[in-house]
Amino acid sequence: MNQEYRYHLIRVSQFWIRTAMSWFVALLIFFPIAWMLLTSFKSEIEAFSTPPSIFFKPTLENYILVDERSDYFKFALNSVIVSFGSTLLGMLLAVLAAYSMAFFETKRTQATLLWMLSTKMLPPVGVLVPIYLLFRDFGLLDTRTGLVILYTLMNMPIMVWMVYTYFKEVPTEILEAARLDGAYAVKEIIYILLPICKGGLAATVLLSLILSWNEAFWSLNLTTAKAAPLTALIASYSSPEGLFWAKLSAVSTLACAPILVFGWISQKQLVRGLSFGAVK
Amino acid sequence: MKKSQLISTLTYTAIASAQLSFAETTITIGTVNNGDMIRMQGLSAEFENRHPDIKLEWVVLEENVLRQKLTNDIATKGGQFDVMTIGMYEAPMWGKKGWLNELSDLPEAYDLIDIFPAIRDGLSNDGKLYGLPFYGESSVTYYRTDQFDQAGLEMPEQPTWTQVKEFAMKLHNPEKEQYGICLRGKAGWGENMALITTMSNAFGARWFNPEWKPEFDGGAWRETLSFYVDLLGKYGPPGASGNGFNENLALFNTGKCAMWVDASVAGSFVTDPTQSKVHENVGFALAPMEVTSNGAGWLWTWALAIPSSSDAVSAARTFVTWATSKEYVALVASTSGIKNVPPGTRASTYDEKYLTEAPFAEITLQAMGNADPINSTKNPKPYVGVQFVGIPEFQAIGTQVGKLFSGALAGTSNVDNALKAAQEYTSRQMNRAGYF
Repeated sequence: MNQEYRYHLIRVSQFWIRTAMSWFVALLIFFPIAWMLLTSFKSEIEAFSTPPSIFFKPTLENYILVDERSDYFKFALNSVIVSFGSTLLGMLLAVLAAYSMAFFETKRTQATLLWMLSTKMLPPVGVLVPIYLLFRDFGLLDTRTGLVILYTLMNMPIMVWMVYTYFKEVPTEILEAARLDGAYAVKEIIYILLPICKGGLAATVLLSLILSWNEAFWSLNLTTAKAAPLTALIASYSSPEGLFWAKLSAVSTLACAPILVFGWISQKQLVRGLSFGAVK
Repeated sequence: MKKSQLISTLTYTAIASAQLSFAETTITIGTVNNGDMIRMQGLSAEFENRHPDIKLEWVVLEENVLRQKLTNDIATKGGQFDVMTIGMYEAPMWGKKGWLNELSDLPEAYDLIDIFPAIRDGLSNDGKLYGLPFYGESSVTYYRTDQFDQAGLEMPEQPTWTQVKEFAMKLHNPEKEQYGICLRGKAGWGENMALITTMSNAFGARWFNPEWKPEFDGGAWRETLSFYVDLLGKYGPPGASGNGFNENLALFNTGKCAMWVDASVAGSFVTDPTQSKVHENVGFALAPMEVTSNGAGWLWTWALAIPSSSDAVSAARTFVTWATSKEYVALVASTSGIKNVPPGTRASTYDEKYLTEAPFAEITLQAMGNADPINSTKNPKPYVGVQFVGIPEFQAIGTQVGKLFSGALAGTSNVDNALKAAQEYTSRQMNRAGYF
């Protein structure tokens, strides 16, 4: 009885320690977002006061000012079009590439995969001038088309890798059985692979969306007024001479909110896709 | 029937021509997110009402991002911008390279002579003007009048750095989070090096001798850096090596600095009750001198320029002349109050009303008048610029030297090592660039 009670105590204490640790890590990660949110409701003088005030009279003046000064929805629409467009195009290409690499492997497949990934190791600023010149010559500067193409190429290596990993987990016997029933490549992908790997593919889509939504380097350098997404809007509130932290927090909150909400809604698929693999 | 068709055709042609003659020209303006620039953006409707054929599109970015973006665009003739906000450092260099349109034959009503000569010269190359100044600044000393009164101290009109150190020592009270002095420590050619260069000018140092040899191995530089590290290390706030303009402004506005030497543009921030907790107790003095007053206060201006790659030069010219005109100053005074007019560019701005209502105006005017980008050191120098050196290599050199000096302040290096490394690095870069 004593022994059992001791085990029970250990299990309970382990549960509470795990819970406390999880909460601690979650709060630690969420802290900058929470602080940004709080600051966005402060006045400028409260935003930089030390020690920082936790209890204060909230104000919406920063949001009103952002609304007056900037066309938020124009920037948001650009973000939506560019991130969804690049994700759609990227998924189309990544699924085809991963299908061929996973089920028709050659002796160069692994090297090709590694080479694709190695392009991510290059610091973006290293190719800024050539890309800028290409964009200028093809008339892609400050266009959403230009950003869609660039983001697609930028996220492709990760997307191909992820989809390839999920496809590899699908037993080849399933595809062979489908082939015996007369299925060809497109049907195999649509009717067999996509339903089996939907969790993994959803995770890939989400990751690509998040990466495209948050990308700032290229969007700042290649757009000006017409195609600038929300990241450019945030940058426009950063000031070298003047304290506008509350306004900056308000605009950052507005920029993060859509993707945060989207991630929240789809977190189940994201976690399942990233942790369980393609086939349960 | 044929006659009526002809009449219709002629009518349509006439309407189309009329529409063409009123065709809208859109100009894209790249600017920084400073209070004065945002005010200008807010007043763009006024401009568009007066010029219905011109539409303004704004691209507002953080200073460093904007500088990188503009440099890329102008060097590759990307043509993304019709109006660029650039500083005194870029305007003459970019003009010389043919990247900017010369701004000659300005309308008489613009009154170019009204613009401060130092600002006009700083935006010109070979007598050709390449930018119209939007606002200008020098550096001044801000101090807490209440703390000075309590301690029985009196701030001279232009203190010496030695006096500033004595005041800082007496007013430093870290237990109460009150620091004797706040100065820039964050590395960068436009951050700590702007302040340190003016300090070095006052101590009799210069970046280069007339043969373009760097002088960090000289006694004046050693004295400057030792003084700076000692002053800020002993009587400055903790973590001073990470503080730039905004961080120090936050410290001063929350009552944590007894003195602060920085840009005159902060005058409107520290006296603004919505931003500053000490707005009623701020005094102004000229930037400190030491063995000389030459170059003790810096000179900078944000100007509007038209890149040669613009395809809407005429519309851009109409806009830049409006935004930097007396008429615009009057418009800001009537809409946002006289304290908020763009400072430091026009002599006519400093009329009696402005001098009375803006407590920082007089000292700014005096500081702007003292600043001379050509004679800003005790001994002759081969470059133009008070707190910067007007050569293309300076951005990289200034930032690297800034990092070395910031390291000395943070304690990761010491004064001697920082100066030795600065001398070696600068000599190498200047030698490679072919200066000697």
